[in-house]
Amino acid sequence: MTQETLIPKLGVVTDIRIDTPDIKTFRVVGLDGKKVFDHMPGQCAMLSIPGVGEAMFSITSSPTNTEYMEFSIKKCGCLTDWLHQMDVGQQITIRGPYGKHFPVEEEFRGKDLLFVAGGVGLAPVRSVINYVRAKRENYGRIMIVYGSRSKEDLLDYDEILSEWMKDEGVEVYLTIDRPQDDWDGHVGFVPNYVKELAPAKDYTVILCGPPIMIKFTLQGLKELGFAETQVYTTMELRMKCGVGKCGRCNIGNKYVCKDGPVFRFDELSQLPSEY
Amino acid sequence: MRKIAKEKLGALLAAVGRDKPLYIPALDASGQARFTRWHEGLEMARALNTVRSAKDFFFPQTENLVDFKVKGKQIEIIDPRSEQEDFVLFGVRACDARSFEILDKVFLADPVDTYYQSRREHGTVVTLACTQPEETCFCSAFGIDAAAPEGDAQVWMDEEYLYLSARTQKGDKFLESVRALAEDGGEDAVQRQQEETRRVMAKTPLAGLNLEGFDGEHLNPLFDSEKWAELSQACLGCGTCTFVCPTCQCYDIRDFDTGDGVRRFRCWDSCMYSDFTKMAHGNPRLTQVERFRQRFMHKLVYFPANNDGQYGCVGCGRCLSKCPISMNIVKVAKELSKEVR
Amino acid sequence: MQEVMLEKAKELLQSGAVDRVLGWKAGEFAYDITPCVFASAQELEAGFVYNDFCGNNLSKYLIKESRKGGKVLAFLKPCDTYSFNQLIKEHRIVRENVLVVGVPCQGMTDGETLKAKGVKGILGIKTEGEDFVINTLYGDRTMAKKDALPERCLSCKSKKHVVYDELLGQEGDKLDSGRFDLVNKLEAMDPEERFAFWRGELSRCIRCNACRNVCPACSCEKCVFDNDASGVAQKAAADSFEENMFHIIRAFHVAGRCTDCGECSRVCPQNIPLHLLNRKFIKDINTLYGDYQAGEDTVSRAPLTNFTEGDAEPSIVTKGGKKA
Repeated sequence: MTQETLIPKLGVVTDIRIDTPDIKTFRVVGLDGKKVFDHMPGQCAMLSIPGVGEAMFSITSSPTNTEYMEFSIKKCGCLTDWLHQMDVGQQITIRGPYGKHFPVEEEFRGKDLLFVAGGVGLAPVRSVINYVRAKRENYGRIMIVYGSRSKEDLLDYDEILSEWMKDEGVEVYLTIDRPQDDWDGHVGFVPNYVKELAPAKDYTVILCGPPIMIKFTLQGLKELGFAETQVYTTMELRMKCGVGKCGRCNIGNKYVCKDGPVFRFDELSQLPSEY
Repeated sequence: MRKIAKEKLGALLAAVGRDKPLYIPALDASGQARFTRWHEGLEMARALNTVRSAKDFFFPQTENLVDFKVKGKQIEIIDPRSEQEDFVLFGVRACDARSFEILDKVFLADPVDTYYQSRREHGTVVTLACTQPEETCFCSAFGIDAAAPEGDAQVWMDEEYLYLSARTQKGDKFLESVRALAEDGGEDAVQRQQEETRRVMAKTPLAGLNLEGFDGEHLNPLFDSEKWAELSQACLGCGTCTFVCPTCQCYDIRDFDTGDGVRRFRCWDSCMYSDFTKMAHGNPRLTQVERFRQRFMHKLVYFPANNDGQYGCVGCGRCLSKCPISMNIVKVAKELSKEVR
Repeated sequence: MQEVMLEKAKELLQSGAVDRVLGWKAGEFAYDITPCVFASAQELEAGFVYNDFCGNNLSKYLIKESRKGGKVLAFLKPCDTYSFNQLIKEHRIVRENVLVVGVPCQGMTDGETLKAKGVKGILGIKTEGEDFVINTLYGDRTMAKKDALPERCLSCKSKKHVVYDELLGQEGDKLDSGRFDLVNKLEAMDPEERFAFWRGELSRCIRCNACRNVCPACSCEKCVFDNDASGVAQKAAADSFEENMFHIIRAFHVAGRCTDCGECSRVCPQNIPLHLLNRKFIKDINTLYGDYQAGEDTVSRAPLTNFTEGDAEPSIVTKGGKKA
């Protein structure tokens, strides 16, 4: 049977976690209580509330989680406003998975990995982090640099403290933009922090965050001797179909939904800078 | 090859249209030709091309994708489709016939769009060779022969006869349905007409449109050209060019509250519209320059880069006739070719 | 006239009186002319044109052009000057940044109109006296210019400019060319017939928005039909009355501000006679509130934005659908 790409499946929200003042993480399973579909780290899904809208979100849980999917969603538009005010038990529609994933098996295996994220940019990266943590023996050193506006804006803070920081061989560096009373960690922007930390240039980098943070971090990494071929990111543009047909998420001749959302920077720099 | 006396055209249409929907070009109230459901007495228009392209029959301007019933926190998903019936499109020109090949590359690529696929499977395309091209025609620039259109079956028409030839199984079935009206022969008359049409086509002003250099290799220089600002200067940002275009395939998906449920439909969208790429947090194409550039880069560069050099244009000339400010793909190609040659 | 205009434009550019020139640019064929802003004498020499195919109303472009800084020379036909005035009245054009040069117009035609008259394969068009001599792929053809005009020009309201800083050529007069004849015909229909007429015409609409985008009266920063939060921004017909509603709402919104330039009908790819909707409103306003021509001046109050105790109080509820 041909798979229907535009007709969604049903999911139900089984848990809602308040992460930051404007980000909530939603746990979704199928009506049978199982995962709606399998995915790889970095892939996305179309979530929708009929009558409100449909939009693409990255799946923030790791594929190694066999029970449910999670989506960390920032409140910033019509659909996300609605999602933020709904309660557990709400049914939603879901279709996917879409897009190219981070090459966790193909390219990352055996490598040292440096994750750099800013703000809600941790959402897609979390899937990769938890995937490699679950398959720890397949990967080298893991270094995570994550920053946000304030301590309250740090996504997955509990998980970072209780799990990531306790892992052997995982270094976590947190930073916030401005000093605040209950924070004794690093203060400053992510790009500068990365430069201060000066990671060895043999790391493979997974970089995600606001455009300006990406721009300066990439610049800093290059100064430290990193090549564009070592740095991966994930993109986001307006999408409707998710399968490379509705025609709007292209950067040059590449469709973010189908040829991305994960790109290596040397691929991205070949393309027109229309994003 | 088979031939049917021209005075039997009505009988031919009746033989086909009696048991399944048949669409032929006919004049509308404003005097323009459009594909119209055949009924007894409907006269076929002699116009060169229809005002709207034939893509409507496979990719309609709006179509229902899925229905929802929402009750509290519960959602029910309903596939609204009923079984697609067979239909025949008669009188499709060579340019539009080629457009289906381009649309196929989008909609039939993995994962297949089943809405489109089912219409393609059930539709029989009977083409009609051109005899009097317009000055706006430039299908020859894309290797299309107006005198030998593609499709399931081909028809040539002169003052005495219609000449028919099948190209596929569906075409065979079409010919079979009009067998009683037809006799053998016509090769010579068709060949004469083809020669004459090709002679006129070669004299059309845009026949020599040269697209050398419009390819993936030159993607960035073309994208970065300073000419886009000037070319798009007068663009109104309307969707006329995209909506009359036989190959434009971008669509939007929207929800409509029907009162007792939600109807999710898709409709044609236009890259010329300001909200095409607008997101909650911003828009990568903020001015008409970027939107305008997208349309022509897609047809002349991105599409061929992804599809073995095939352009996303068939030279039907509709956008040339219909653009409110007379800016079009030919002017763009001519101006930008200076950047790559 | 083209030569005179070209000289004038070059002269004003050179003297520094203006920085840019808004006019028309020649295309591939004799008739496919594009509005264009020229910045130098060189650009003007290369493409500036003024002939019987310069139908585009340039006034709307001045909303943007007049805000760019510097001064722009705008060549305006009589009919364009009405739109210009209306936009001045609505504070959409910065008047001091525009130098208006009025140019005469004998009616403008276009490729579509010629083709509707059966002309095929146009290779070139020459003017000989009152005739067009059209060279086509299928031989030459002569057509009287007056036979080649679209309805909006056949029922031209005025050859007189209502505003200009300079005038080229002979000033014309206001005309009484029966522009309400077609409205009268529509009014003479019975309600069912009229409803069927408009349903039929509007059923062809493809929601390309060309009518709205070209309309000088449609100058909202954000149209309600583009506002997702409005509930009417569906882009396409969600039901069979949607297109009708789009045009009816638009006609109401431009009522009293529409100058009757006819651009909506010129640009409609589906040949819907949209200007007749607006003309009906114009005629009704004239009947109810006394003759009023939008764009005739920049100061008077428009009937629909003004109230006097003597105002008629028509009700579409009691009169709708019934013959008066």
